[in-house]
Amino acid sequence: MDTNELFIFILAVFVGFEVISKVPSMLHTPLMSGTNAIHGIILFGGILVLAGAVTPLQIGLGFVAVVFGSANVFGGFMVTDRMLQMFKKKK
Amino acid sequence: MSSIKDYIIIGVSVLFIIGIKFLSSPKTARKGNLIAAAGMIIALLALHKSPTEGGEYVWSQGWTFNYTLIVIGTLIGAVIGAIGAYSVKMTAMPQMVAMFNGAGGGAAALVASLEFMRGATNQDKITSFIAGSMLFAVLIGSLSFSGSIIAYFKLEGKFEKPITFPGQNILNGLILLVILGLCGWLTFQFTNGNATLLFTAVFVLALIFGVAMVMPIGGADMPVVISLLNSFTGLAVAADGFAIHNLAMVVAGTLVGSSGTLLTLLMCKAMNRPVTNVLFGAFGSGGGGAAGATGDMAGKTVKPIQADEVAVLLAYAQQVVIVPGYGLAVAQAQHAVRELSDELGKRGVEVRFAIHPVAGRMPGHMNVLLAEANVPYDQLSEMEAINPTMERVDVCLVIGANDVVNPAARENKSSPIYGMPIIEADHAKTVIVMKRSMAAGFAGIENDLFYKDNTRMLFGDAKNSLNALVAQVKAS
Repeated sequence: MDTNELFIFILAVFVGFEVISKVPSMLHTPLMSGTNAIHGIILFGGILVLAGAVTPLQIGLGFVAVVFGSANVFGGFMVTDRMLQMFKKKK
Repeated sequence: MSSIKDYIIIGVSVLFIIGIKFLSSPKTARKGNLIAAAGMIIALLALHKSPTEGGEYVWSQGWTFNYTLIVIGTLIGAVIGAIGAYSVKMTAMPQMVAMFNGAGGGAAALVASLEFMRGATNQDKITSFIAGSMLFAVLIGSLSFSGSIIAYFKLEGKFEKPITFPGQNILNGLILLVILGLCGWLTFQFTNGNATLLFTAVFVLALIFGVAMVMPIGGADMPVVISLLNSFTGLAVAADGFAIHNLAMVVAGTLVGSSGTLLTLLMCKAMNRPVTNVLFGAFGSGGGGAAGATGDMAGKTVKPIQADEVAVLLAYAQQVVIVPGYGLAVAQAQHAVRELSDELGKRGVEVRFAIHPVAGRMPGHMNVLLAEANVPYDQLSEMEAINPTMERVDVCLVIGANDVVNPAARENKSSPIYGMPIIEADHAKTVIVMKRSMAAGFAGIENDLFYKDNTRMLFGDAKNSLNALVAQVKAS
């Protein structure tokens, strides 16, 4: 077990709590959608396992993981941007 | 900590944190999303160039069939994501977020499964800590996957009502116990001959548990569920990060996990309900209070009003507050309401929009919908800002909103929504409620507001009524 990883994990827990503690409710939906896109980094995990996959089953599952992860990351950021581009101040 | 990879991970983590920070203020939100996206692109482009610990995945072994599949898979996912993101109607936004979240959860579960399969044939690379991380990722990831799909269907209006049966919580508890038992055993027995089979069992049971967990929850509570599942997926991704020693995944996943948990709690706070009540309370099925409230209404009548009268009231008012609800969005009347507000503004009427924290299908959903219709966000007021001024408001126009203006939340202790903060529309001098019919709101509760002395009902399709109002105000 790597204690460095655990240490970083603990710090990230607190940072995550801290950064959104003052978010107004009007931004709850975009924030949820934006953080949803950030966990799309799982695409990277999908790429790694597919790169190392050997059997047809592993390759098939890895391929699905990459498609899912890619949909999560690209769709997530795009849909969040589409929501946020509408937040404008009065001209 | 010295390779280029480590520095990139530090930079990417900082971009994610700044991105989320910026996302929590309206002025910087869009920039925040783009910053996080930039971090993601850097992570994806740069990280795979370097070998991971132990050199298991060296990218430079030459091009293989798998790499072709990676490119194809990424492109397919990107196209699906782009089509989904740009074709979805703003009213269906929560469903879309649920689907993307489900995809992420599914990917997290698959990544963990594949790592476990590899570990089973390559046992010296795996420790109990890593096995535990994989089990956590597969459990939470697949639960998030199936739960998100159920949430999607519920928001689409399919089996919207909570599905409950006696002993449901006990049965769900038993499934969870079996899953946890299997996980506990596998954490230490990952080299056992049956490990892969049992790991698959965890995968399948967790899928079932995700369905069983979300099924009994009413459609109105789906936003909280999606937010919770979003933070779950984050944690699953972090666990995958531990399993494959990828710090960028640990940091990104954990940030989402903790901020998502806080966001879930904030949403529940806006509805004034503890999170346990949302998850295990079967909100919509608590028929006792609602039925009682219906009984009280017998014999009371509503007072209808015509559009031309409303137009006069609005045109000669000083202060108007508009309370939009999901009904407004369903009628696609956001643009009509903005026109009405502009027209009144030209006449010197002060118009404000009162946004309840849970208006729409998701907190902040109504803001997005109005923003789409070019209503400037400084004209949108939060409930706390509007309520103290409500007594000075001449006309409060409630459009397709119901539960969020129901005074039962303040007055009727037996009501299921008792204690939820509401927009105190009934304190305005005149309340105009625009409604298609006398049907109850999403929570299935009668609304006393409709029967108050200062309330008038304008029946009809919100869009048609609003267009009529715009024309009448222009003429008067």
